[in-house]
Amino acid sequence: MTTTRRLLLAGSAGAIAAPLAAPRIAAAQEAPGVTATEIHIGSTNALSGPASSYSVISRCLEGMFRRLNDEGGVGGRRVRFTVYDDGYQPPRTLEQTRRLVERDRVAFLFNQLGTPTNNAVHRYVNQRRVPHLFLATGADKWANPREFPYTMGWQPSYRVEAQIYTKHVLEQRPNAKIALLYQNDDFGRDYLHGVQDVLGDRFRAMVVTATNEATDPTIDSQIVQLQATGADVLICGVIPRFAAQAIRRVHDIGWRPMMFMTNVSVSVGVVMQPAGVEKGVGLITSDYRKDQSDPAWANDPGMNEWRQFMQRYIPDGDLGDNNYTYGYGVGATMIQVLRQCGNDFSRENVMNQARNIRPMQLATLLPGVMVQSQPDNYNVIRQMQLQRWNGSSWERFGNVIEGAGS
Amino acid sequence: MSAIQDTPTLAAAAPRASIARRSVWLALGLAAALAPLWLLESFHLFQLTMAVIMSLAVLGLNIVTGYNGQISLGHGAFFAIGAYVTAILMAQADWSFYATLPFAAAVCGMVGYAVGLPALRLGGLYLALVTFSLAVAVPQLLKHRALEGWTGGVQGLFLMKPEPPAWLTARVAITPDQFMYLVALVVAALCYLLAWNLIRGRIGRALMATRDHPTAAEAMGMDIAALKTRAFAVSAMITGVAGALSAAAVEFVAPDSFTFLLSISLFVGMVVGGVASILGSVFGGLFVLFVPNIAESISRAAPGVIYGIILIVFLFVLPDGVAGLVRRVLARLGGRAS
Amino acid sequence: MDAFLLQLAAGIATGGIYASVALAIVMIYQATHHVNFAQGEMATLSTFIALTFIQAGFPYWVAFGATLAVSFVMGALVERLIMRPVQHAPILTHVGVYIGMLLIIGNLTGWVFGYTTKVFPSPFEGGGPMFGGLLSAHQLGSVGVTLGVLVLVYLFFTKTSLGLAMRAAAYNPRSARLVGIRVDVMLALGWGLAAAIGSVAGMMVAPIVFLDPNMMLGILLYAFAGALLGGIDNPPGAVAGGFLVGVLENLAGAYIVGTELKLSVALIIIIGVLVLKPSGLFGRVVFSRV
Repeated sequence: MTTTRRLLLAGSAGAIAAPLAAPRIAAAQEAPGVTATEIHIGSTNALSGPASSYSVISRCLEGMFRRLNDEGGVGGRRVRFTVYDDGYQPPRTLEQTRRLVERDRVAFLFNQLGTPTNNAVHRYVNQRRVPHLFLATGADKWANPREFPYTMGWQPSYRVEAQIYTKHVLEQRPNAKIALLYQNDDFGRDYLHGVQDVLGDRFRAMVVTATNEATDPTIDSQIVQLQATGADVLICGVIPRFAAQAIRRVHDIGWRPMMFMTNVSVSVGVVMQPAGVEKGVGLITSDYRKDQSDPAWANDPGMNEWRQFMQRYIPDGDLGDNNYTYGYGVGATMIQVLRQCGNDFSRENVMNQARNIRPMQLATLLPGVMVQSQPDNYNVIRQMQLQRWNGSSWERFGNVIEGAGS
Repeated sequence: MSAIQDTPTLAAAAPRASIARRSVWLALGLAAALAPLWLLESFHLFQLTMAVIMSLAVLGLNIVTGYNGQISLGHGAFFAIGAYVTAILMAQADWSFYATLPFAAAVCGMVGYAVGLPALRLGGLYLALVTFSLAVAVPQLLKHRALEGWTGGVQGLFLMKPEPPAWLTARVAITPDQFMYLVALVVAALCYLLAWNLIRGRIGRALMATRDHPTAAEAMGMDIAALKTRAFAVSAMITGVAGALSAAAVEFVAPDSFTFLLSISLFVGMVVGGVASILGSVFGGLFVLFVPNIAESISRAAPGVIYGIILIVFLFVLPDGVAGLVRRVLARLGGRAS
Repeated sequence: MDAFLLQLAAGIATGGIYASVALAIVMIYQATHHVNFAQGEMATLSTFIALTFIQAGFPYWVAFGATLAVSFVMGALVERLIMRPVQHAPILTHVGVYIGMLLIIGNLTGWVFGYTTKVFPSPFEGGGPMFGGLLSAHQLGSVGVTLGVLVLVYLFFTKTSLGLAMRAAAYNPRSARLVGIRVDVMLALGWGLAAAIGSVAGMMVAPIVFLDPNMMLGILLYAFAGALLGGIDNPPGAVAGGFLVGVLENLAGAYIVGTELKLSVALIIIIGVLVLKPSGLFGRVVFSRV
């Protein structure tokens, strides 16, 4: 029955492609997941379990593809977007990815969530030559076109972010004593590595570290421990719940370090307000997205475009959740790649277009932050800008910074 | 695939079954277990491989919890240790997969024995509690700095599944997926055979006696302490072998693969499949693998809720699980036939 | 202030969280002789219900009272509908039912209320941070609430005939029935009370750790350790045990094993207590006849 399906598929695709140039026909015949009327894209996300707060990204993307279809689709085809639940468990990610690739025969994979989960399918998708595009994780290993040409991240890596903070520290306080608080998992470890990258041999002398586990109820003990070392800089790579705790606790015990927070955990609604807006004054982060609660973007055409989209396609979505601005950016990048594909949605061409995105601005990204890719550089977003909390919103300062990998 | 294992149970249910009838069952079972090799495409074969592995893990749990009455909510820990032993030996020391299996079994057996010692002094709920915290703690231990050189820390380890040997590929066309299924099937069948021999013999009766009437069992001269700790060791060993197989099938291990939810799904699989039933473990494995997908298709929003409801419904309506249901249906059919 | 003293204070602050949850665990043990694995999830759900009341515009203490009432009914209903039918089933069934409830309630909470971190208000605002900033007015207040609940529970179980009847029903249902105690009513009451106390714990904990559906997951294991350390049938002991676990965990994390192994410290406490002194530091030794 498989064979029949494949024949049918090739037949219909061939019929459409016939009027085009001959090489195009050959390509179209080999395109799994693409019919005359449809492009089938697959993804996995944590729809259940502790990481399910990220499932809104999939909702956002579903909304964006719905809008695309309402506007006539792309290349004369509608996009079908299938998301399966992996519960953030790597073995299930492999199972669901194989289901997408082998049973559903999707054209390619897009925005699968998580570092350990994507790790589990990294080799599989590259062996099968299935494009594995714009992953929802900030690990830095996804930009490795030589060994893993079919895998591509999207957001600036956590490691680059930590490098930016450390460089800023060295500029401002060359003799700083740095306290580093990070979550003891792949996400937190990237901050450790980023700081190590910049400091090299000086790491041991300049930095003290403490870790937390996701199961810890509080991180009071770690904060006290770090404060006791006399550090005057604090860099935090922790998830939102602990970020809010850290901001509050550091303030309450009267510690006034130069404090940096991962841009995973700087949402006004989820972190800053819970922590207490006045307690985070002076906190530094770096971002590539526009913060939707920042009054500076109240009349911004890009953000208005996003707000209209939310109103129309996800009316019950929480507008304070910056996963939606993330999703809007990554979705727009994907759609751009699809448009670049013309009429050829073969895996080779999709990959080829994905690795040749000419620098472009997106509605929900900061001005000056470009989305781009080259065959030898898969760091899609390479720029960020430092910003400081002023008690009510994030204030950008300094120039847009190019991270490593550019 | 299940029939190899359920032959003995069915035979035990009808002790007068003739040898001829038994062979028919065996042949049918063998056919059922091997048929998927040709019938299923590779994705479903992979799923079935995982189901075989999960059913083996559930079998391990069933030995200590079902047959011996020591409630464990932490068998995911043994599964993880087995997986990691195999992954470390393969990825760091270049061992062949087959050589790692006995090693994984031995390590898990020893850890199981060690856990069984304090378990002796704990009853029912407390043991459940301790093993539950073990399930939460083990992933954190696996990524600890002291072990990072071996375990790969939070990044985990990559390995390759065993390749079909040349003498086999020279004769038949076999894909790595098909071969992995065969390997899992053979290892699982061996473990099931071991468990079946253990359970239907003197040891099995002693295990159940210490579960149901500890005082009487002790009065009969059974060494309860030795029995219980050994049950824990064997149980951990079998679950550990399942873990080792899963490492090879998934080709990747990471602490996040073995959260406490794994332990809970093994427990749920055991209850739904059938407590203290070898056949039940087979159903349990199928449940662990396939029901989350079914739950997802019923309600995208909350697969966990459906999982929980299924568990409670089974406890209420079918306390002896699917295996009990099958046994009753077969008994009724058999009764009508004769 | 000295770093050690600060760690100690941090431990006491965290210990207060464990103490209040440990108290809820002991409470249900008193009333049912069971350890409910879903206790944390029930408390989290109650806290979300409280947040809903508060967001609907009710004053804090009204919402607090309403949540107590709702939680009480919820606990009693769980006993009636879910626990009663398997009352005489083996312990394995009970564990299974608890796990089922843990899955259902936990995922239901996430489904209905979402997984993003939420702020939960404190009734003890005002008054800045004290003791080097480690104990906030809220933490002090919540310790006060925990102790207040403890006194009430203690008086209830020792001085009222209803409390005595509940203990009797849990301790020896058959004899209790013979002296005219309606054991099933007592069990439902016990579950209701335990859920209500759990909701108090949830409402006291949430302003500190922030509210999300997995709020109790980590806390519950530490609280179990505290309850066991103090003696599972001894409410004052459980409160003391909770504080002790908080302090031990923080000191061990800071000075001995490192912060990665804090949870393992709790695990070792649990195993150690159960093996060496199963009745806990302050518990009575109970002999069971066979």
